[in-house]
Amino acid sequence: MADTITVNGTAHPVPEDPRVSLLDFLRHHIGLTGTKKGCDHGQCGACTVIVNGIRINSCLTLAAMHDGDSVTTIEGIGTPDDPSALQRAFLEHDGFQCGYCTPGQICSATAMLEELAADWPSDASESLEGRIAISGEEIRERMSGNLCRCGAYANIVAAIEEVAAGGRS
Amino acid sequence: MTVHFKQDEPDNSNRLDRMKQGVLGKPLPRIEGLAKVTGTAPYAAEYPIENCTEGVLVTATITRGEVTSIDHESVLTMPGVIAVVDNEKLCTRAAQGTANEAPMQGPKQVCYWGQPIALVVAETFEQARDAAKHLKVDYREEEGAPIDPGAVEPEEQEDETVHQGDLAHAMADAAHSVDVTYTTRGHASAAMEPHAAIAQWDGDKLTVYAALQMLNYNITELADALDMEEENIRLISRFVGGGFGSKLGISEEVVAAALAAKQIGRPVRVVQSRQQVFQTVMRRSETTQRLRLAADENGKLTGFGHEALVSNLPGEDFAEPVLQSSHFLYDGENRELMLKVARIHRMTAGSVRAPGEAVGMPALEGAMDVLAEKAGLDPVELRLRNIPEKDPEEDLPFSSHKLAECLKQGAEAFGWDKGPRKPRQRREGEWWIGTGMASAARVHNIAEAKARVTLKADGTALVETDMTDIGTGTYTILAQIVGEMLGLDPERVLVELGDTRHPRGPGSGGSWGAASIGSAVYVACKAIREELAAKTGTSEEELELREGEAGTGEALTDLLEGEDLAREGHYEPGDIEDDYTASGFGAFFAEVRVNHYTGETRVDRMLGAFGFGRVLNAKTARSQCIGGITWSIGVALTEALEFDPRDGHLVNCDLAEYHVPVHRDVPDLEVVLVEERDGAASPIQAKGIGELGMCGGAAAIANAIYNACGARIYDYPMTPDRVLEAMPE
Ligand code: FES
Ligand code: FES
Repeated sequence: MADTITVNGTAHPVPEDPRVSLLDFLRHHIGLTGTKKGCDHGQCGACTVIVNGIRINSCLTLAAMHDGDSVTTIEGIGTPDDPSALQRAFLEHDGFQCGYCTPGQICSATAMLEELAADWPSDASESLEGRIAISGEEIRERMSGNLCRCGAYANIVAAIEEVAAGGRS
Repeated sequence: MTVHFKQDEPDNSNRLDRMKQGVLGKPLPRIEGLAKVTGTAPYAAEYPIENCTEGVLVTATITRGEVTSIDHESVLTMPGVIAVVDNEKLCTRAAQGTANEAPMQGPKQVCYWGQPIALVVAETFEQARDAAKHLKVDYREEEGAPIDPGAVEPEEQEDETVHQGDLAHAMADAAHSVDVTYTTRGHASAAMEPHAAIAQWDGDKLTVYAALQMLNYNITELADALDMEEENIRLISRFVGGGFGSKLGISEEVVAAALAAKQIGRPVRVVQSRQQVFQTVMRRSETTQRLRLAADENGKLTGFGHEALVSNLPGEDFAEPVLQSSHFLYDGENRELMLKVARIHRMTAGSVRAPGEAVGMPALEGAMDVLAEKAGLDPVELRLRNIPEKDPEEDLPFSSHKLAECLKQGAEAFGWDKGPRKPRQRREGEWWIGTGMASAARVHNIAEAKARVTLKADGTALVETDMTDIGTGTYTILAQIVGEMLGLDPERVLVELGDTRHPRGPGSGGSWGAASIGSAVYVACKAIREELAAKTGTSEEELELREGEAGTGEALTDLLEGEDLAREGHYEPGDIEDDYTASGFGAFFAEVRVNHYTGETRVDRMLGAFGFGRVLNAKTARSQCIGGITWSIGVALTEALEFDPRDGHLVNCDLAEYHVPVHRDVPDLEVVLVEERDGAASPIQAKGIGELGMCGGAAAIANAIYNACGARIYDYPMTPDRVLEAMPE
């Protein structure tokens, strides 16, 4: 059987050219342009997708390395008819301006909330052990790989905090 | 039908406040927001074009000289490679904002390291990128190109020069005086969407999907570059992933894609790499600024001096307008202002968000803090004492002036302590804590604009213009203006932007977009209201429209009788531009922490209070402000372009080495919108807000650093090494 990558539930053949990054595979080969390219060097987070439950920079990995993997992109997180809670919160809090970093922010935050729920510590955590208290500082630290040149950070954090609070209550 | 309105007089009628829908100014979420948060909004590189090929730019590895040969054969045998384009029409620089003509062309002549010289086209991106790396190029290098702005004799920008009274005398006589020199480093726009274009020909007709801010100018620039008629070109920029000046003019990939698509007879997409965007588009010039402030014993300015040195390539008209707001912000009858530009061979200098004030204000407001300390005055009070009655250089009134209100309301909301200020009063562990403030000012710009509004027979409305929304909120505010004027829920207003087939707007830049295009839409709506008023037998002034109904009870759909009603609004600023000095004003307040041992600065709290005319949407306006404040943090602490002293090339040309603020650098930000109506700014009484939020904010942080730890620093950004060096024992 040919090697495949499953994206938002649909299997696609792995591209022949081994140089194709996972990001370019998504954008050029299967037409999912919701995932953005901001730097192609793992420096901006615009290309963040969720692979087997973990957020990664899709520009920093080759498509050929993802045979059998399951990838969730922004298109798989929610749609205009059925947006996710985070997508709605971004809209409400104006957690974006130009919108270019936004899919990456939302994919990143979606997986980040899982990391928080699983009590993975960060530089902002009081302790490496035990429950992690959700705070603005925790969110900022964990989202610092997602640049927003429009400077929507304060609103992005507000949007994530709202969803994070909802999730724990 | 076009309705033309040239504004010679202020409009203080407050018409928009008397409309009945009640949606203008409301904090509505963006109407295009759902498309953005779900990844369905298409940016330039994302249009699915059949049979599209990929182009990658090749850039020069010398500073100045000539390309003597490009060996096409060196790559044409590589897999998938289709062509090498080194046409004489290729652009080697990006066009400056509102240039309205082709930027520098002719790739054989090299003027800076990193200049585009060719394009390689292949079937796939990977093939093109590989081939571009292998393209064999020979050069004849001209040694000795100047690259240090301090090492050449600069040219004076004479229209900026002011000699008024006798500043030297005022300085000598002053009770308190300051004579300091600040430096700022170069900045990059670093919009998150890299510059991209897809070009497609149909016979002699060209369509380009591009990442551009000002289509009305860009189409002329492209037509000029390609020697074509504008009517054969269509530009589409419906979504733009940030601009900040970098997409004001066409840049190299637009022309390259068009030429390549013509050459190979297939569509071509060219996306600049992040490194190329840094090196080929625009830098904000570094600056050296001398500030001289003379004050009497009450802290009233008697003399004001601001001289600046900036740089650019030979042949560029743009010189970072550092003194822009210094001309009118403060009193001082003895004045010396001068701007000089050094011609050097670093990449092109041009507009980066808030050209001028972004670096001029941090220097001026730092110097004001020094003066406040010398005069023993609260820095807020010093500024309040020096707000001029009228423009201190030209005999002009201000269109409106909210600096005092912003200072007072900002201080109040921040909890500013008016007591005597001394550095090093508060320490928590390793951290010194302090506060600082600064004024904000950014000149108001406005431009001619056209937009078509159609009230549809079904009671919805359509707005069409080539105006762009680069994250600024244009889509939403136009729907709100139409909603307010025609009595419609903004959800019933469809806004189509970013297509040169529509009436021409001013484009997004210089914070002029909202006021200009909003006024064109206002003019169109007013004309539609006149028609509707005639149908209901009332006057336009008296016509009340709300939720699709006239005040008299008729539904809009009945009044329209199955016909669409369309008007093109054409707004033109007339004498109002010359009769007033117009500016947005504001005040910044910051609290910072400075680490005693590492010199690291963290911004704990920051507030901006801004007066910029009518607020069209409180949510998107606030977002513009927090965006600007976020940039202020970058200017104050981290952002600096580094150039190789040997060949002038930009070294830190990516987002790992050029440090824009990230999430953890930015605290909760507070914004106070100081509402006002400025009838001399535009008929909708609005000014711009895209840039004001970063015009001076860096000084609030710098002044807070001093207040926290006693390190008075005259060089931005205030990186830990500089803080440590200036920190008293
Ligand atoms: S595009 Fe992948 S991190 Fe920037
Ligand atoms: S919204 Fe423009 S970069 Fe984040």
